[in-house]
Amino acid sequence: METILLFAPLVGAVICGFTWRLIGQTAAQVTATALLFLSCLLSWIVFLSFDGQTYTRDLFTWISSGTLDTSWGLRIDRLTAIMLIVITTVSALVHLYSFGYMAHDDNFKEGESYRPRFFAYLSFFTFAMLALVTADNLLQLFFGWEGVGVASYLLIGFYYRKPSAGAAAMKAFIVNRVGDFGFLLGIFSIFWMVDSIDFDVILASGPDLAAMTFPFLGWEVNAANAIGVMLFIGAMGKSAQLFLHTWLPDAMEGPTPVSALIHAATMVTAGVFLVCRMSPILEYAPFAGNMVIFIGAATAFFAATVGLVQNDIKRVIAYSTCSQLGYMFVAAGVGVYSVAMFHLFTHAFFKAMLFLGAGSVIHAMHHEQDMRNYGGLRKKIPLTFWAMMIGTLAITGVGIPLTHIGFAGFLSKDAVIESAWAFGPGLGSFAFWMLVIAACFTSFYSWRLIFMTFFGTPRGDKHAHDHAHESPMSMLIPLGVLALGAVFAGMLWYNSFFGHTDRVGQFFGVPYAEAGAHAEGEGAHHGEEAAAADDHAEAAPADDHGTAMAEGEAAAEDHGTAMAEGETAAEDHGTAMAEDHGAAADGGHGAAHYVLAGAPGEGAIHAAPDNDVLGHAHEAPAWVKVAPFVAMVIGLVVAYMFYIVNPALPRAWAQQFPVGYRFILNKWYFDEVYDYAFVRSARGLGRFLWKKGDGAVIDGGINGLAMGIVPFFTRTLNRLQTGYIFTYAFAMVIGIVVLVTWFVIGGGAD
Amino acid sequence: MFDNLLSLVTFLPAVAALFMAVLGNDPASQRNAKWLALAATTATFLVSIAILVQFDPSNPGFQLVEDSEWMFGLHYKLGVDGISVLFVMLTTFLMPIVILSCWEVTHRVKEYMMAFLLLETLMIGVFVALDLVLFYLFFEGGLIPMFLIIGIWGGKDRIYASFKFFLYTFLGSVLMLVAMVTMYVDAGTTDIEQLLTHSFSAGTMEIMGFQVVGGLQVLLWLAFFASFAVKMPMWPVHTWLPDAHVQAPTAGSVVLAAILLKMGGYGFLRFSLPMFPVGSEILGPLVLWMSVIAIIYTSLVAMMQEDMKKLIAYSSVAHMGYVTMGIFAANQQGIDGAIFQMLSHGFVSGALFLCVGVIYDRMHTRDIDAYGGLVVRMPAYALVFMLFTMANVGLPGTSGFVGEFLTLIGVFRENTWVGVLAATGVILSAGYALWLYRRVVFGDLIKESLKTISDMTARERLIFAPLIVMTLLLGVYPSLVTDAIGPSVEALISHYDVAVADFMPGTDVAESH
Repeated sequence: METILLFAPLVGAVICGFTWRLIGQTAAQVTATALLFLSCLLSWIVFLSFDGQTYTRDLFTWISSGTLDTSWGLRIDRLTAIMLIVITTVSALVHLYSFGYMAHDDNFKEGESYRPRFFAYLSFFTFAMLALVTADNLLQLFFGWEGVGVASYLLIGFYYRKPSAGAAAMKAFIVNRVGDFGFLLGIFSIFWMVDSIDFDVILASGPDLAAMTFPFLGWEVNAANAIGVMLFIGAMGKSAQLFLHTWLPDAMEGPTPVSALIHAATMVTAGVFLVCRMSPILEYAPFAGNMVIFIGAATAFFAATVGLVQNDIKRVIAYSTCSQLGYMFVAAGVGVYSVAMFHLFTHAFFKAMLFLGAGSVIHAMHHEQDMRNYGGLRKKIPLTFWAMMIGTLAITGVGIPLTHIGFAGFLSKDAVIESAWAFGPGLGSFAFWMLVIAACFTSFYSWRLIFMTFFGTPRGDKHAHDHAHESPMSMLIPLGVLALGAVFAGMLWYNSFFGHTDRVGQFFGVPYAEAGAHAEGEGAHHGEEAAAADDHAEAAPADDHGTAMAEGEAAAEDHGTAMAEGETAAEDHGTAMAEDHGAAADGGHGAAHYVLAGAPGEGAIHAAPDNDVLGHAHEAPAWVKVAPFVAMVIGLVVAYMFYIVNPALPRAWAQQFPVGYRFILNKWYFDEVYDYAFVRSARGLGRFLWKKGDGAVIDGGINGLAMGIVPFFTRTLNRLQTGYIFTYAFAMVIGIVVLVTWFVIGGGAD
Repeated sequence: MFDNLLSLVTFLPAVAALFMAVLGNDPASQRNAKWLALAATTATFLVSIAILVQFDPSNPGFQLVEDSEWMFGLHYKLGVDGISVLFVMLTTFLMPIVILSCWEVTHRVKEYMMAFLLLETLMIGVFVALDLVLFYLFFEGGLIPMFLIIGIWGGKDRIYASFKFFLYTFLGSVLMLVAMVTMYVDAGTTDIEQLLTHSFSAGTMEIMGFQVVGGLQVLLWLAFFASFAVKMPMWPVHTWLPDAHVQAPTAGSVVLAAILLKMGGYGFLRFSLPMFPVGSEILGPLVLWMSVIAIIYTSLVAMMQEDMKKLIAYSSVAHMGYVTMGIFAANQQGIDGAIFQMLSHGFVSGALFLCVGVIYDRMHTRDIDAYGGLVVRMPAYALVFMLFTMANVGLPGTSGFVGEFLTLIGVFRENTWVGVLAATGVILSAGYALWLYRRVVFGDLIKESLKTISDMTARERLIFAPLIVMTLLLGVYPSLVTDAIGPSVEALISHYDVAVADFMPGTDVAESH
C-alpha cells in the first residue's frame, strides 16, 4: 500500500507528461488527478490505522560502495504519516483547483498546450515530496529534497516567456543549493562518524555523537553540534529561513496553485520535517538547537515586518509563510517537536487556503495581483471572501483564550509560543517576545490584506472590477475542504500534538514514563531547583552518557517499573528533572505526570532525558497564554484604523518614517547586498580568472614557450590542408595497426 | 575465436577502416562509408557485450587475458579488470552514437569515418593493453586521429586549437616515455601485471644536491603525472581543452569529452596509484588541492562564457576535478566515485555536446546570445537539454550525482578543507548550468533568425535515447557499476595501504592526511 501511495503520483506524472498527445489533454489531467486522489485516500488509511510502531520496507539497493550501503526504501512512522496526509491532501486539492485556475492563461498563446505539462510537474513534485518523507536514510531524503527543488524550479519558471520567471526559478534553485551544500556536509560528517547514513543507525547514535569530536577545518568540533548545524543549514535553504529566504518571495512568479502546494504547504516545510526527523541528534546538540531557535525567531520577526508593507497579494502571503516557518523552527529548536509538527499540520491547511483564495481573487481580477488595485470585492466574490476570512481567522489565531476552542492557528501558534516561553529565560524569552510581536504583525498584515481586497471602494482598472466573477466549482470545492481543516484541525488533534505528554507519546509512538510514580518510589520529594542541581552534579562525573542512555532504554521497555527501581535511575540526571516536574505537575493538573522516555530513534520523535519543555509549556501562566491573543487583537485594531477608519493613515505614516518604511519595503536590502557580495563578485572573479588566469598567465606562458615552434607549424599547416600531410599521417597510423593486426591474426594461436 | 575476444573488439573498427580505405572516392562509397562505420561500431558494441558476459565481477584480477610474443622481444598482452572493463564498454557504447551524430557531414566523409574508427581501436587499446609499450602506442596513437579530426573538420581556428591540443598532450607524454624506460630498466619487464607487484624504490635520493623524499617512486610518479594531468585535464594545464572543444566538430567534441579525457583518470588508477603508492601518498595532497582549485576556478570561469561549447568544456574540467580528487582520496568511496564520475561524465558531457550540436546544425553559431526561447518551438529539445543540464548539475536520480557524492564523501574524511571547498562546486555548477539553460531555452522567442527553427528529428531523438536511458538507469541503480568495479578497487586500495604502511611504519594510513 505504501509503495502504491508513493509511486501513483510518479505514474500520473509520466502518463500525463508523455502520453497526452495520444489520450488527449483532459484525459491526461484527469488521470494525474485521479491517481493523486488514490494516493491521498491511501495516505489517510495509513495515517488513521497507524499504531505508532515504526516500520520499514526495503525496495532495492541504491548507492553502495564499501561500508556505505544505501537502499531505496520506505519508512513509516508518525512523522511520515502526518506528512503523507498533508502532502497528498493539499496536492490532490490543488490538482482539482488547477482544472479551473489553469483553464485559460494569457501567458500562453492560442493553441499552445501547457496544461498537461503543468499537471505532470505537479504530480512529479508530489512524488519527490513523498520520497522525501518516506525515506529511510539521509541519502534518499536528499533525493527527494533535490527532486522537489527541481519541481519547484520548473514550476516557478512555468511561464517561460517571462524573464522574471526564469530569473526567479534560477534563484530558487541556487539559493537552495547553498542550503544543500550544508546538508551534504552533514551527511558526510555523519557517515564519517558512524559509518552509516541509515536512520535506524544514526538516530540511535545521538548520545554517542555528543561525545565524539572530529577535526573540521582546523578545529576539533563536537560531532552532534556540527552535524546539527550543517543539516540545519540545509533546512534553512529549503524552508526559506533568514539569510537563505530570498528565493521564496520571488518564487511567487509561479502559478498560484504552485505557491499553495509547494511554497506554503509542503516543500518549504521539508526543513522542519528534517529537523524533527533528526530530533535524536539535535537533542544532544545544544548549540545547534539554540541556533535553530534563534534563526527561527529572527525569521518569524523579520518576515512579518516585511509582510506589513508589501502590495502584491501573493508576496504578502509568501512573507507570511516565511514567518510561520520561523514559528515551527522555534518549536523544534526548544525541543517540542510535536508542536513543530502541529503548526506545520495546521499551517498547511490555512496557508494553502489563503493562497488558493488569493488565486481565486487573482482569477477574478484577470491576473491583477496588486492589492492597491483591489477594493470592495466582498460583494463580487462572496464565497472567496468567506474562504479568505476563515483563513485569516485561522492564521491570526482567533479563539477563546485559556480554552482549547478556536481556529487551527489559534491552537498551534499558541502552543509554539508557550513552548518558547517554557524553554526558560534567555533564548526562550527572546524567542517568546519575537513570536508575540510577530503574531501582532501577522494579524496586521493579514487583516490589511482582507481590508484592502474586500472592503472599501474599488480601485484600479474599472473594467477588471466590472467583470470580476466568482470562480468555478473546481476551485471552490478545494477551498471548502481546506476551510474545514483550517477550522477544525487544531481542535481535533490538539491532544495528540500538544496534550499531556502521555497522549503525545502515544501518538508519536514514543514510550513515556510516569514521572510521579517514580518520585513516590524514591519516597521523597526533592526541592525543585536543588534536585536538579544535585543530580546534575552527581551524574556528570559518575555516569557517562552511554549508561544514562542505557537506562533510558530500560525505562522505555518497561515504563513504570524500571523507573521505580530507584537507585540506578536516580543517577540519571534526566530522570531527576522529570521528577521535579512531576511534583509540579501534580499540583498543576492534579494527575500523574509523564515524560517521554524513548531511546533515541525509538518512535518518531525523541526527547532527551532532561527535556521536559512540553510539560513546562502546560504550566505557562495565564499572561503567557493570553499574550498572543492580545497581540492579535492589537494587530486587528491597528489594521482596522489604517485601512477602514482612515485610509489616509498608511501614506502619512510612510512619509513620517521614510527611512524605516523604505527599509522594510525593500526587504531589509537582502537582495541588493547579496547581489553585490556574491553574484557580482563571483562574476568578476570568474572574468578575472578567465581573462587573466587562463588567458594571460597560462596561455601567455605557453605561447611564449611555443613562439619558436609555431611559425614552423604554420608553414606545415598549409600543406596539411592540401591533404598531403593528412595522407601521410594516415599511412603512419594504418601502418601501425596493420602490423599489430597481422601479428594478432598470425600469432594469436600460441 | 572467443580466446581473442579483446583483440577482436579492439581491432574490429580498424579492420573496417582498412576496408574503407580501399573503397573508391565516388559519392556512393562516401555514403556507404557512414553505413559501414555504423555497422562496424555497432558490431563492436555487440561483441563487447560478450566481454561483459564473460567478465566475473567478483574476481579482482585481470581476465580474458591474451598474451603472446611480439616483435623485438616485446609482448602483446591484453586483459581487463574491474577498473578497465567498463571503460571499454563506455567506448563501444558511445561510438555508434558518435557515428550517427555526424550523419549530416559532407566534407571528406570517408576519411572522417576512418578517423573515428581508428580512434575507437586506439581508445579501446589503451584500456585493454597490459604491456607498457603497447599501452604507450595506443595512448599516443590516439592523438593522431583526434588531431586530424580537429584540424580538418574543425571550426575557424582549428589549426591553432589542434596544435595546442597536440603539443600539450604530446609534451606531457614525452616525460612518461622516459619514465617507462626507467621502469623497464628497474623492473626488467614491460608487463603491466608484473609491474603492479613490483615495488619501486622509495628510499630518499639525492639529485643535484636536492633530497628527494620517496626517491625513484616520486620521480616516476611525477613523470606519469605530467602526461595524465594534461590528458585529464587538470588545472593549470587545462587551457587546451576549451579551445579544442570549440574548434572540434560535434562528434569530435563528444569523443574528446566522453572518452579521451578518461584516459588520464584511467592512467592514474592503472599506474600512479598502484605502482607508485609512496609517490601517491607523498604527492596526493598536491593533487587534492589542484583538484579543488580546478573545481572552483573553472566553475567560475564557466559562468562567464559566451560560447556554449566553451562553457561545457570548462564544466568538464570541473567535473574531472572530482575525479582526480576521488582517486587520490585513495579510499573505496573516493575511487568508486571517481570511476563512476568518469563513466557518468561520458554519457552526460557527450549528450551536452550533442545538444549543442543539434542547434549548431540549425543556426551555425555557438553564441549563447544568439539563442533564447527555444522552448517555444523545440519542446522535445528543451526536455532533453533540461535532463542533461540537471545531470550535469548532479541531481540525485541522475548518474551525475553518484560520482560527485561518492568522491566528496570519500575525500571529506581525508581532508575536510578539500571536502568543504570541493562541495561548493554543487552551488557553482548550478550557477553556470542553469544560467546557460535559461539564456538558451527559456524566455520568449523573439529573435527573427529563430522563428523557423525546428524541433529534433527522429535521428536526433534516436541518438539521445540510449544516453537518457543510461543517465537515469545509473542514477537510480548505480550498483550496476559499483558491483563490477568494487572488488578490483578494493584490491587496489588494500595493495596501496600495505605499501604505504610499509613505507611509513606506525602511521595509520586512513588517518595520515
